[in-house]
Amino acid sequence: MLSDQIQTQINRELGKYPANQKQSAVMAALRFVQDEKGWISDDDMADIAVVLDMPQMSVYEVATFYHMYNLKPMGKHMLTVCTNISCMLCGSAETVAHLSKRLGIGLGEVTADGKYGLREGECMGACVDAPMFTINNKKLCGRLTNEKIDQILAELDKQ
Amino acid sequence: MNAPILLNTSHFEQPWTLGNYLKVGGYQALRRIIESKMSADEIIAEVKLSGLRGRGGAGFPTGLKWSFMPKNYEGDKYLVCNSDEGEPGTCKDRDILRFNPHSLIEGMAIAAYTMKVKVGYNYVHGEIYEAYERMEEACEEARKAGYLGNNILGSGFEFDLHNHLGYGAYVCGEETALLESLEGKKGQPRFKPPFPASFGLYGKPTTINNTETFASIPYIIREGGKKFADMGVPNSGGVKLFSVSGHVNNPGNFEVPLGTPFKKLLEMAGGVRNGNKLKAVIPGGSSMPVLPGEIMMDLNMDFDSIAKAGSYLGTGAVIVMDETTCMVKALERLSYFYFEESCGQCTPCREGTGWLYRIVHRIETGEGRPEDLDLLLSLCENIAGRTICALGDAAAWPVQGFLKHYRSEFEYHIEHKRCLVKA
Amino acid sequence: MINIEIDGKHLEVENGSTVIEAAHDAGIYIPHFCYHKKLSIAANCRMCLVQVEKAPKPLPACATPVAEGMKVFTASEQAVKAQKGVMEFLLINHPLDCPICDQGGECELQDLAVGYGGSASRYKEEKRVVLPKDIGPLVSAEEMSRCINCTRCVRFGIEIGGQMELGQAFRGEHAEIMSFVSGTVNSELSGNMIDLCPVGALTSKPFRYKARTWELSRRKSVSPHDSLGSNLAVQVKDNRVMRVLPIENEAINECWISDRDRYSYEGLNTSDRLTKPMLKQGGQWQEVEWQVALEYVANGLRQIKSGAGAEQIGALATGGSTLEEMYLLQKLLRGLGSHNVDFRLRQADFSADGKQAGVPWLGTSVAELNKADRFLIVGSFLRKDHPLLAARIRSAVKHGAQANIIHSADDDLLMKISNKSIVAPSAMVASLAEILQALATEKKVAVDNSVQPLLQGVAASATAQAIAKSLASGERGVILLGNFAQQHPQAAQLQLLAQNIAALGNAKFGFLGEAANSVGGYLAQAVPGASGLNAAAMLAQPRKAYLLLNVEAELDTQNSQQAIAAMQAADMVVCMSAYKHQGVEYADVMLPISPFTETSGTFINTEGCVQSFKGTVKPLGETRPAWKVLRVLGNLLKVQGFEFDSSEAVRDEALNGVDVLSKLNNSLQGLTVQTVSTTGGLQRVADVPIYASDAIVRHSAPLQATQDAMAPCALMHSDEMKKLGVKSGDLVKVNVGQGSAKIKVSADDTLPDGVVRVAAGHAATAGLGAMFGSVTVERV
Ligand SMILES: Cc1cc2nc3c(=O)[nH]c(=O)nc-3n(C[C@H](O)[C@H](O)[C@H](O)COP(=O)(O)O)c2cc1C
Ligand code: SF4
Ligand code: FES
Repeated sequence: MLSDQIQTQINRELGKYPANQKQSAVMAALRFVQDEKGWISDDDMADIAVVLDMPQMSVYEVATFYHMYNLKPMGKHMLTVCTNISCMLCGSAETVAHLSKRLGIGLGEVTADGKYGLREGECMGACVDAPMFTINNKKLCGRLTNEKIDQILAELDKQ
Repeated sequence: MNAPILLNTSHFEQPWTLGNYLKVGGYQALRRIIESKMSADEIIAEVKLSGLRGRGGAGFPTGLKWSFMPKNYEGDKYLVCNSDEGEPGTCKDRDILRFNPHSLIEGMAIAAYTMKVKVGYNYVHGEIYEAYERMEEACEEARKAGYLGNNILGSGFEFDLHNHLGYGAYVCGEETALLESLEGKKGQPRFKPPFPASFGLYGKPTTINNTETFASIPYIIREGGKKFADMGVPNSGGVKLFSVSGHVNNPGNFEVPLGTPFKKLLEMAGGVRNGNKLKAVIPGGSSMPVLPGEIMMDLNMDFDSIAKAGSYLGTGAVIVMDETTCMVKALERLSYFYFEESCGQCTPCREGTGWLYRIVHRIETGEGRPEDLDLLLSLCENIAGRTICALGDAAAWPVQGFLKHYRSEFEYHIEHKRCLVKA
Repeated sequence: MINIEIDGKHLEVENGSTVIEAAHDAGIYIPHFCYHKKLSIAANCRMCLVQVEKAPKPLPACATPVAEGMKVFTASEQAVKAQKGVMEFLLINHPLDCPICDQGGECELQDLAVGYGGSASRYKEEKRVVLPKDIGPLVSAEEMSRCINCTRCVRFGIEIGGQMELGQAFRGEHAEIMSFVSGTVNSELSGNMIDLCPVGALTSKPFRYKARTWELSRRKSVSPHDSLGSNLAVQVKDNRVMRVLPIENEAINECWISDRDRYSYEGLNTSDRLTKPMLKQGGQWQEVEWQVALEYVANGLRQIKSGAGAEQIGALATGGSTLEEMYLLQKLLRGLGSHNVDFRLRQADFSADGKQAGVPWLGTSVAELNKADRFLIVGSFLRKDHPLLAARIRSAVKHGAQANIIHSADDDLLMKISNKSIVAPSAMVASLAEILQALATEKKVAVDNSVQPLLQGVAASATAQAIAKSLASGERGVILLGNFAQQHPQAAQLQLLAQNIAALGNAKFGFLGEAANSVGGYLAQAVPGASGLNAAAMLAQPRKAYLLLNVEAELDTQNSQQAIAAMQAADMVVCMSAYKHQGVEYADVMLPISPFTETSGTFINTEGCVQSFKGTVKPLGETRPAWKVLRVLGNLLKVQGFEFDSSEAVRDEALNGVDVLSKLNNSLQGLTVQTVSTTGGLQRVADVPIYASDAIVRHSAPLQATQDAMAPCALMHSDEMKKLGVKSGDLVKVNVGQGSAKIKVSADDTLPDGVVRVAAGHAATAGLGAMFGSVTVERV
């Protein structure tokens, strides 16, 4: 079952689209679920299909097409590092290496305590701030150095 | 240097507020066309006069695009802004969204007035959530102040704008994939024709422009198309935001007139880092062919100059590479990107992008074969121009560009199983 | 019309068509995979790239509209280079093991690769592996590495089947065709995806690895399972049916067949096929020679005739029997002096008999359904009873037609329904009356006197008014009475009302024929006429002898409990059947007769199209075609006019050279109507599930493994369940008439109040009485 909060969020989102085009809200609905639970389960997708009156398979197509949706838990703080060209030129390999060392996990992995997840991302559209990562797809941290990364991790550790 | 046009609020501490936007003449253009009942033809003529070409990559004349919308169509029509900026190297639209959201809203409202559209969508790249939130707030602000809604400035003109957040698919920057995505589907591009102007969002006539394109509109209407055009050079009217990234001391977005020499732009970005030698530049976002530094140093940043040199102005994203760059590694990363981002719909792109990447990857890791380079070029020919959308071309062009100018580096890799640069 | 040129050939083609259509019409083949004339255009495979004069790049012929003066080159250097390039890409990740692939020999990729593929692969990397999927008992998705992502299967599901069960998940090279959470594909049309799949990714699960396609011979046949008469290619190896495929017939089944048509053959060679004549002697079944069995039957009939009178003999046939079989059955009966013959085994109301102007039929051609703009569908489990007619109506609705429904169940028809009135069976007459009333008001005309009594005190509901408005606003309306309406105890009144609504609404009206020979049975005269007993009367007033042709009395009748009782009480029951069924408990003689694949015969479909077919394999064991068995019986009983030497001769006599269409007429005149008051309490709603509709499908193991073949439950609205104090999953005792059954109860809130839905045609509910009427449910 989708929580009341998600229902409310979806309803607000539905206001953006014509009444007979509920499916347009599917990307937002999946995002709300992920924001609340950290990932999206098959049951969540089936629930969304009912709410938006669309085929379950259509929801699944969308959830697997867009790479920012997590179809498995990715940790409380999911860090997505851009490794595309501008970031690569500015040392994203070092960013990944430093994070790996600090967290003890590789790309696509989650720490044993479930606190951190590490992924590789494609161009985030913020290339002048290279190198960078996002936290939970929400907050973008750029012009990273090892010291800056350590600071951010220290902040996150407290949460 | 003139005062900025696109980022004209940047001197304020909070450049994004409605109040600050109004201080620099914001919404005057919208008010004027409404109050003077300016006709659609007059507005389109002004936009044509400005020489404004689409800032999303293809450089299509904006005034002409607007004139394609059916005029006497009964029923819904839509306006869509493409803020799905994900072309590697490009991050100019993000600054418009973050720092001058009302210029986009005003630009879209003017477009909506011109094309008699009541609803618009702004599709924002998933990774820049903060910009999406900023846009949501700005739209709310504009609604409250009567710049959006069903009675804009008390005139009865009706237009509302909604933001839609993407979630990690580069291909959704392609306009028809974006429409599919807005409809709540996978972002798989549509075959054209029919074009969006006749069959767009929800099957209705739709006009799609890039963020920067729309954000240029208020100035053009306020100050006149000619003034805008004159700032640039023939066939490349106006000013443009260039994102300069990579091996420079001071990466950033720079608003300069089209036709500005690359040398000057590089200077604005603080020059090549550590005083290194410039090796190569991708002048218009990762999909465009790479050009050697020496060629770039003599070029001006406008559509025609870059095209003459064998590349394209694209999105105006300038990726700078210094002498330490391994071109094989750079191409490997780019090829990986197109492989990752192919939507998987059409055969040449779905199958070809992975093949390209795997060959370049082999070369990079010392497993290259002498015949690989010709194979790469042959595959590029079989991909480019054979696909539903231009992502196929975008995957092929970098390969062709890198091999055209840096073939010997690839050959060295194949022969010596290691990198020339680090040797 | 516009002028174009393809490969130098001048063509005049329709404006709006595509290059591939123009080329194919002109006999110029353009290679393609994703394009299919019945599906939307995807243009994703890129195999059809051709050169077009003035176009800078090759264009996909499937998606490029023709334009005046266009010059197309399908085999120029540019075109062939593009096509070869695409073929190379298609093959890099495709397994190159055609010799072991199930699709080998009928693979579009294999065929084209010969012409467009290179000799040696330039692809030296590892091939992609796509994991197999289990999508149910009918369609195999074992070999998904072979998939070329043409998305024909996905588009078929959405566009023709009406539901998206398969989709393309993930993206780029990882794109995969799959179902949601490994769900099964449950569409009643799913097998068509196999035909559409151009490679060996989706194959027939029952057929997989049973034979190589070139070993099969292909024989034409006609489906016996519904009244459409789909054209079938029955594929045979070693005198055994190995597979069934559609034969394209645009006017009937287009290029599709239902899963029932496709997989019923799996029921043909099961171990409970009856392969020898059998006699019950002293309570023991004995296999006997045909001669012995037939003489026994002839003697028995002679004795009953001379003792109790010929009217003590009754004959029942299923509507899926051939025209020839039914003709000879009635001729035999009438020769003996009895008119007790009928094929309308599930019908309850025969009051239209004698008042019907002609043979009841669809009232329109099948193809015209696609063009109708308004539908009123009364009492039909449309999707399951008529899978392909449903698809045609779905297509019409997709193109803007409005579908209105009156029924006692609200199954998802997978199409947009404009208005629906879901009521208990007893309220259906009133529902139709309301529509008539509303339509008369809408059109400001008076209704015919004959139906006035049904309009007494009727006030049109909002739904009825909406339906009336919908019908009034159309130009090509069609009113269809489904199986449920035909089986309804007030079927004639429903017909009369429909006729009047059609007259006021300028619509056509007709019957969705229940069985393959619903029209043919009338033309074969397998109906009692004025002097005989109809099917229901023959069972309500038991006879001393019954001849059953293809009938399993316990499953194929309106009142199965009563039918079983009648059979058990009779002196002689002769089962002519392909199977040993429950008949062994009440029959005295079992005569093995041929199913449709083993005999020649004729079906006349619901639009009146006469389709004769030949046997495709030799009869199994000592099985004989029923027309031959009946002919010999006629000879033994010395009935006149039984000298037929072919089924064609029987058919020609039955049809007597008369144009079939001239005999079709749905008009009902002189019916006296009165309103019936119903007593309170629960009423039964009985469907005949799609895979319970006849003996062959009931024996097909793959069909019986589908979701549609699940054991029947007592379905009811949860409010009714609350009143009874039962919950889903509880075992209950259901009582109908003299009989009862213990089955599980399950909630279905789409049902109207006051009904219990219990399927017929299944052993678990065979003990129940009539398909309509009161029912009680008790906790156990
Ligand atoms: C693969 C691909 C990605 C694209 N990405 C973007 C993008 O991120 N932003 C954008 O404005 N246009 C993008 N485009 C171009 C759009 O399709 C379209 O041409 C543009 O939005 C039109 O706006 P304009 O005329 O104002 O430039 C992309 C095109 C392709 C083929
Ligand atoms: S070129 Fe690539 S991204 Fe574009 S439609 Fe084809 S498969 Fe999709
Ligand atoms: S048949 Fe035209 S692209 Fe597939």
